[in-house]
Amino acid sequence: MKINLWGVRGSIQTSGPDTKNYGSRTSCTLVSEDDNLLILDAGSGIQQFNSINLPNKRIDVLLTHLHMDHILGLGFFSPFFNPGQEVHIWGPAAATQSLRSRLGRYLSPPLFPVLLRDLPCVLTFHEIGNCEFKIRDFKIMSSYVIHPGPTVGFRITGKHSVFTYIPDHEPALGRNGIIKDHKWISGFDLAADADILYHDGQYTDAEYQTKKGWGHSSMDDALLFASLCRAKKLMIAHHDPYHSDEQLREIFTNLQLNYKNPFKYEMAEEGMEFDLP
Amino acid sequence: MPAYEIEIILSRQLADCLSIPVFIIDTTGSLIFYNMPAEEVLGERFEETGEMPVELWSVIFKPVDEFDKPIPPEELPLVKTLKDFLPYHKSFRIKSLQGQTEKIALTSYPIISRENKFLGAVAMFWKVKEDEN
Repeated sequence: MKINLWGVRGSIQTSGPDTKNYGSRTSCTLVSEDDNLLILDAGSGIQQFNSINLPNKRIDVLLTHLHMDHILGLGFFSPFFNPGQEVHIWGPAAATQSLRSRLGRYLSPPLFPVLLRDLPCVLTFHEIGNCEFKIRDFKIMSSYVIHPGPTVGFRITGKHSVFTYIPDHEPALGRNGIIKDHKWISGFDLAADADILYHDGQYTDAEYQTKKGWGHSSMDDALLFASLCRAKKLMIAHHDPYHSDEQLREIFTNLQLNYKNPFKYEMAEEGMEFDLP
Repeated sequence: MPAYEIEIILSRQLADCLSIPVFIIDTTGSLIFYNMPAEEVLGERFEETGEMPVELWSVIFKPVDEFDKPIPPEELPLVKTLKDFLPYHKSFRIKSLQGQTEKIALTSYPIISRENKFLGAVAMFWKVKEDEN
């Protein structure tokens, strides 16, 4: 299984030299194995997709939720405009409106000039929640996680390895933070024993104190969550748009001084590529 | 055992922040969490008892009517919520483990997920004066 991080910035795209190392683009990750491709989220990082040669006519885009930083790249997703292309969009079900209807709020005027129904590709929507499904050879588990609005995380099992993707998640929401009993941890089943856990770590612990309930994690909570889930490696992601490269490096250095975890962890960087067996 | 759904987890996190007693039960009626104010009424700490099957926790509280006659389980709000997934409210008396009788008002409501799945129920209750409903 191969993972390509195309966008790791949270909330809003950044620009300028201060953030070029960790990257400016918002959430988007490519997961591939043999001829199987999955795109996770459609933030501005999805622009990288246009350089990919598709191995087949079908492409699957899995959306964790519909906040703007996770869908804003959809309007510029080239397969949408290819009549021969089959595009499958998977996203969290809501209690009232359909996935198509909710996405249509963005892909319609005045926010976007092209209507969903006018896209020339063959478009299929799949509403998901707490469930398991297969896309070609990938076995996928999705589960609602704590974040404002319907939001899921994904556990993707390939031939020999597991990649867990929870870019927006606040498992510590509550009076005393994460409850250290796996039955009471949001997202636990997604991340248990994962080879790589890609997880929200938008804030420092000090910043999180004034941002509880915003739906994101401190890096300290991301580390605790990974530890409780026995993840083998943690990629800290969804970087705060107000954190420059220099600040992120400094924050990470401090984290390393404070946390000697038995697993590896690092800051996700746009353009990173890694292989799992 | 898999983790609870986030609706249950968030219910516990909310209960943990409240000053009124709260119980959370799962779909089988097992008491899966009670908060600190409920601990005072129960006389037991959640950390010590852990989760309790319905057969165990239902005998801790002895619900009685105004004539000290036991109230059948099927008339209790939480049991009714478990049965038909609707909210209920009732005032009655309970005898705690310490043998004290308290009049309480109890409201129970179902936890139904986005996927329209019944996940359990929450009961919150207040001590009330004898002349209050």
